[in-house]
Parts: sequence; structure tokens; C-alpha cells
Amino acid sequence: MNHVPSELRYSKSHEWVRLEGNGIAIVGITDHAQSLLGDLVYVELPEVDTSLKAGDEAGVVESVKAASDVYTPVSGEILEINEALATAPELVNDDPYGHGWLFKIQLDDENELEELLDSDGYEEMIAADDH
Amino acid sequence: MKLIFEISQRHRHAAVQAPRPTDISLDIPKELRRTSEPQWPEVSELQVVRHYTQLSLRNFSIDTNFYPLGSCTMKYNPRGVHKLAMTREFLQRHPLAPVEQSQGFLSCAYDLQQMLASICGMAAVSLTPMAGAQGEFAGVAMIRAYHQDRGDHGRTEILCPDAAHGTNPASAVMCGYTVKELPTGADGNTDLERLKAMVGPQTAGIMLTNPSTLGVFDQNIKEVARIVHEAGGLLYYDGANLNAILGKVRPGDMGFDVIHLNLHKTFATPHGGGGPGSGPVGVSQRLKPYLPIPMVTRDEQGYRWLTEQDCPKTIGRLSTFMGNAGIVLRAYIYCRLLGKDGLHRVGEFATLNANYLMVKLQQAGFTLAYPQRRASHEFIITLAKQAKNLGVNAMDFAKRLLDYGVHAPTTYFPLLIPECLLIEPTETESKEELDRFIDIMIALLDEAQNTPETLKNAPHSLPVRRLDDVKAARELNLTWQPGE
Repeated sequence: MNHVPSELRYSKSHEWVRLEGNGIAIVGITDHAQSLLGDLVYVELPEVDTSLKAGDEAGVVESVKAASDVYTPVSGEILEINEALATAPELVNDDPYGHGWLFKIQLDDENELEELLDSDGYEEMIAADDH
Repeated sequence: MKLIFEISQRHRHAAVQAPRPTDISLDIPKELRRTSEPQWPEVSELQVVRHYTQLSLRNFSIDTNFYPLGSCTMKYNPRGVHKLAMTREFLQRHPLAPVEQSQGFLSCAYDLQQMLASICGMAAVSLTPMAGAQGEFAGVAMIRAYHQDRGDHGRTEILCPDAAHGTNPASAVMCGYTVKELPTGADGNTDLERLKAMVGPQTAGIMLTNPSTLGVFDQNIKEVARIVHEAGGLLYYDGANLNAILGKVRPGDMGFDVIHLNLHKTFATPHGGGGPGSGPVGVSQRLKPYLPIPMVTRDEQGYRWLTEQDCPKTIGRLSTFMGNAGIVLRAYIYCRLLGKDGLHRVGEFATLNANYLMVKLQQAGFTLAYPQRRASHEFIITLAKQAKNLGVNAMDFAKRLLDYGVHAPTTYFPLLIPECLLIEPTETESKEELDRFIDIMIALLDEAQNTPETLKNAPHSLPVRRLDDVKAARELNLTWQPGE
């Protein structure tokens, strides 16, 4: 069973968001997403200072099986990206909620988080997919 | 098996292949010449012959094994087609030879244009794109040229289904369009309600494969065409799965405005090793002025090239000459060898073979991705249940098939279906071969249940075991270094 931390918010496209305070959030892909993709070989991230709307493409994760777009679940400006992933994409597989984070974003509107799934909602969704 | 570098011994050589001093060019500036000796393998002629003969015996190919990747990769290429295309007069024709001396080749190309147009229900065909991807690029470029020519500049979006080949959105982006992803309904058809909501004055067109990559024919296609056309958009047909409908349904009759064909997929031209490819484009009447050049036409004087002078609105040239001449010839000969009836039988047998396999595998306990649908020329099984309950995934099945002398079908595509195998036998396989494949798949299912480790550790009988895909992707190293 994939790990779904209860303190995070989730998108239907398998990204997670963690609120860091001061209107800043960290985004990554879920444990479920990384396990479906398999071992990652490449991660493409947005450029710092780009402004994105919720649902915009923010990058690509590529495994030996597939390449998959990453969408930002929240609107805002990219403050920082996880540079370590350029040489160590496996961090996303090993630690999707920790060292495998993708980018840090300055939120336009913290209320957007309310529209995302909570951990129960996300668990329900992946259970339904896994019929 | 050792690398040829590893059997090298100092001063051993094959006299006939050794460079002669007179071959060495002395006009290379001194600073550009190498000072150290190249690390070539030093081997005898017989060692070379044995080494490469043994390597060739390890080929897993359609000439040696069942190959259910099907036309997705390349069909069986009939030998007679190669032989005829290799006729000396064709091989020695220079692309810049005067048209009077190229009438034979030009007549073949002209006839192929006509035959492909007739097969697809299109007004005209250009053979010039050098590969499927270039055909797609040309097709979308024509859609763009059409809208711009009419002063319709607000059309910035191309719709692609979520099951589309990855090249479709890539081609649209290359032509400057924004791609919008269209969801597929649960039955594998286009979701009409979503489509209606997505089209508008911003819609340049939609790119579809029909039958789709899900192996099913979109039953709503006429309605899709109506919705897109009413919104002012055009319909693009990706010809990847034409094998299923050859001689049965024509994309032009379904309402498509532009199509690209992969000659290697449907018209049995070679494709292994990356080409050369060929991706002709066909168009309806309204897109005809934009076709890429050169094309071939016929008048009182005989056959001649159509150029910028004849086609002022053309999207232009895609390569120096007209496509890959040898491949165009092979497709022409293939069509002539089979004739109209033969081409119809290709579609029938491709579909019959796929449906036979699908039903037999379902009876054997495999889960179909679309059990309620008839297969086209290919179908999908999903091993999600086996992956969950037995810990054996699609890749394990694929690798174990190799032990049984069967090439793996397409794995993990389309991405919509988890743990999938996309199986396409093609029209040329006999019932005996299909039955053998079914027996092997039944054996694999039994292994998955009783000895899953056999699958997880497969292949067992090949020169190399399970390769480390991740390491290969991350640390690709293809050069041999002495002392390694």
C-alpha cells in the first residue's frame, strides 16, 4: 500500500502540496505516482520566477516505462526547484515526500488548497482507480 | 559472448582489410592528425566472419521469431518486393537525372500517389515526407496554411485524445499550436460531450487515430467529424492503424481532411534500425493547394515533377528530393503484387487474427482492456490483476516470452491502461503460429500463479539476463576502453 501522509493536499493528477507558511508551498509527486511510473531516469522542472496557474504543466517525469507531465496543483510563482533531481532523479522514487520534492512556489491564493483532495479523498481516488 | 575488441591480439590482422599506405591522405593539417594509434581490434579474417555471423544468429527478428509488435513497428516485408525494387535500373537512377530518363520511376511514384489516394479516400497524395513524424508535421502545417490562407488567425488549438501517439501533440507544437487533451470514454470511443465543450473558434483541428491506440474503432467518428467541422476545425488522421481497415473503410469517407501514412506499417516497407522511413500525406480537395512538393504529375509529354511553379501555395519542400525513393518503390510494388483484392484481404486477416487471439486469450483467463469491444488489428490485455495479486507485471511476461522464442508485444502503451500488453499478430501469421502463442501465454499464466519467480527473473535462456534499464538510461556508455 502506498504511503499517503495526512498533512498534505493532493491533486487528481497525483501531485502533493505541503504548505510551508508565509504563503509558500512545496510540490512533489505522490508515492502512488512514483510507484506506477517505476524508476525515474529524468526530471524536468519549471524555471524559477515563472508564474503558473493551477493545472498548468510544470514539468515532466520520465521513467523507463513512460514520460508523464507534472501539473502544478496551485497557482503562483516558482521560487526554487530541487536541483538535486538533475543528477539524482531516483530521489523521487526513494523519498517522494521528502528529498524527492520538485519545486517551491509562492502561492497566489492559499484558499486554492481547499479545492484539493485531502489524504482520505486521495486514498479513495487511488483505490477506485485500482479496481 | 566477447566483444571483438576483447579477442584482439597484437599484430594479428586480416591482410585484405588492412589499410594500405597509399590510402592515407596526407593533406590533413599536421595539428589535426592523431599521434596515437587507434584502438582497433586486431583479428584475423576468419575471426571477423565468425564473430559477426554469431552475432547475426542472435538477432530476434521477424525472419526468425513470432513478432507480435506487428505493424506498430514493421510488418513482414515480402522478399519479392525487395528484389524488384533492387532492379539495377532503379538503383542507378540519379535523383537529378532528367525526367525523360526517369519515366519508369516517375510512373511508379505517380501510380502510388493515385493508389494511396484511392485507398484513403483522399483527393491527392504527396509522397515527399521522409518519415511518419515528418508526414505529421506536413499534415499539421497544411492545416495551418489553410486557416491562414483564409485569414482565420484565431485558431490556435489542436485537440489530441489522451490515447494519442506521442508524436501527435509533438507535431502540433512544432507547428506552433497549443495542444488540448481530449479524454476517452469508458468504451474507448471519443467522449462527445467533452469534445463539444472543447471546440470553438480557437480550434484549428483534431488529430485522431482510428482504430485508436486502444485497438478499437471509434464508433462516433462521423459525429466527431461533424462537431469539429461545424466549429470550423479540420480532422487529421494518423495512419498508424490503417492496417485494420485497409479496403474496408476510408478515412476520407469518415470525414478526415488530412492523413499521413507510415508505409512501413501498412505497406510492408523496411523500417528496422530507424529507417529509412516514408510518411506520405493525403488531403481532401480543400487542402490540395498546400501539399508538400515535389509531387509527380502526368501530361502529354509524360511524367514530370510538380514544383513551386505549379503549386504556389505549397507548404514547401521537406527534403532535397521526393522522399526516400527506394521505400516509395517498395510500397508501390507491394500494392501491385497484392492488388485491390489482396489489400482488402490484408485488412480482413489482420483483424481476424487479432480477434482470434483476443478471444482465445480471454478464454484462457487473461483480462481484456475492452472486453465489450471487437478488436481491430490489435488488442490490449491488462495484467493489473496479476501485478496486484501475484507481484508479476507486464514486463515480467514480456521478458519470459523471449525464453519461449517469441518477441514481446508492445508493453506499457497506451499509458491509459495499467500493466498492458498491446498485441498485434498481423495478417501474415498462420493459425498454427497463433495457437503456439496462445499455448505459451497459457503456460506463462500458469507460471505466474505457481512459480512467479520464473517470470520475475526471466529471461533465462538468452545471452543476457534482465538488463538494468535504469542504469542504461542514466549512465549510457557505449564505448569500449582498453583495460576495462
